[in-house]
Amino acid sequence: MIVDVPGRIDGGIRLQDLAKTFSSPRGPVPAVRGIDAFIPRGETVALLGPNGAGKSTTIDMMLGLSKPDRGSASVFGRRPREAVEAGMVGAMLQTGELIRDLSVRELVSMMAALYPDPLDVEETLDLTGLADISGQRTHKLSGGQTQRVRFAVAIVCNPDLLILDEPTVAMDVEGRREFWSIMREFASRGKTVLFATHYLEEADAHADRVILMAHGRIVADGPTTEIKARVGRRTLRATLPGIDPEMLAALPGVVSAERHGDAVVLSCSDSDQTIRVLLERHPHAKDIEVVGAGLEAAFLELTGEPDVEEPEVLAP
Amino acid sequence: MSGLVYARYELLRTFRNRRFWFFSLGFPLIFFWLIASPQRNRVLQGTGLTYAAYYMVSLASFGTMISTGARIAGERQVGWTRQLRISPLSARAYFRAKVLTGYTMALLSLLLLYVSGAVLGVQLPAGRWLAMTGLIVVGLLPFAALGVLVGHLVNTDAVGPLIGGLVSILAFLSGTWFAITSGFLHAFGQFLPSWWLVQARNVALDGHGWSARGWVTVAAWTAILAAAAVWAYRRDTGRV
Repeated sequence: MIVDVPGRIDGGIRLQDLAKTFSSPRGPVPAVRGIDAFIPRGETVALLGPNGAGKSTTIDMMLGLSKPDRGSASVFGRRPREAVEAGMVGAMLQTGELIRDLSVRELVSMMAALYPDPLDVEETLDLTGLADISGQRTHKLSGGQTQRVRFAVAIVCNPDLLILDEPTVAMDVEGRREFWSIMREFASRGKTVLFATHYLEEADAHADRVILMAHGRIVADGPTTEIKARVGRRTLRATLPGIDPEMLAALPGVVSAERHGDAVVLSCSDSDQTIRVLLERHPHAKDIEVVGAGLEAAFLELTGEPDVEEPEVLAP
Repeated sequence: MSGLVYARYELLRTFRNRRFWFFSLGFPLIFFWLIASPQRNRVLQGTGLTYAAYYMVSLASFGTMISTGARIAGERQVGWTRQLRISPLSARAYFRAKVLTGYTMALLSLLLLYVSGAVLGVQLPAGRWLAMTGLIVVGLLPFAALGVLVGHLVNTDAVGPLIGGLVSILAFLSGTWFAITSGFLHAFGQFLPSWWLVQARNVALDGHGWSARGWVTVAAWTAILAAAAVWAYRRDTGRV
């Protein structure tokens, strides 16, 4: 039994040297390799990374669903299990459907009843756009509707920490837009929100800060603008005979330049700027092609570890 | 309090499930009428009990109780168990709700069998009906734990065959379908909790319940299976 004391929420979320390795038939697979992070109360943080980066494993440990092999996670100064038992955490896990034979309203009410200080059920149904289908049975919903109900279940408990693990996967464009606007409304109530995603755009648009993970490590951690500049690199290719690569490297927005015969390849942090100046100074440049470096490529660059053959860790 | 709300919704879900009505309540009744009604007043050899009295209790199905496992496996499959784990619902309240639901199903099935038995001429003093029911309630305890254990141990693909196989074997060895009065099967059966469950029918014969051995067997199985169920629940936190 945990005694509620005033000012119980302090300390934020702290990960210290957190590590987890799973065993597989091919030997041990390190999923999370010792990460440190601190998230102050009230911040909205994106946990960004490709599949197999260790995002879900980290979340499992923060929720007390999985035991770290090394290090610790603490949630508002408590162990994850204790924070969960005190009803301080709400989560929308990556995989999950709903149990059948209840109406949407009944399911949300049932979950609300498990928590000490839930939101009003009707208010939650309104907020998540479920009021119209609140009488429908949970096993007769579409994929997008199911995701909404799962979101309602995560927030109806009025958690101090809301964790969303790739929440928009089954949603269409319109659904995503609505989802994020509700999430932001909820976050604005002083809630701490952590969401995992592998879309840079989502992290950029909806988080105050991005924690970038790859191969079980945090490879960057900072404001979204900063991360975006680091991983938002683009490659510009053009045919431009007889040019000095050093001149190209000096163009604004260019990080590095290479020449292969008549072809030049520029790695750009701001390709818009580069292309403007390039055409101004070298109007005869042709076959211009700008390609966004995928997140995976950016991660490889940041980690400097091309161990892409590492098996994707999905389940222990 | 919150645990009670959860249990209430669990019951509601069960009663809304058509498969429950069909398999848990329908099956035992159909078997009972098929077997017992043609020879309702005949005494089953070696038992002293009429067909109706014998099968009324024999079919008080522990299978209904174990089928809790199928429901749990289904909830794990869709990831719902993990969702519950990150709520303040305690393990104790979770078990209580599952066991309560299992008992409600099993006792409802029993009630229908009693009514059918009475229709087919089983007449007992009120005290014996009660004593018999009491023994069945106790005898179902190990199976409540077994249901939770199975549900947290195997996945949905395996849970159907496993429960089906377990119930068939236990029913065969415990004298559900025919009287086992001597020999190896008689000696062996007494080690099984299901044996004692169906032995509750002897109350109808002479008012005597279980021997000390019966109580010890049921208690031991309850303790072992409950410990195993708690173990299975604890280790089962991963993604399925």
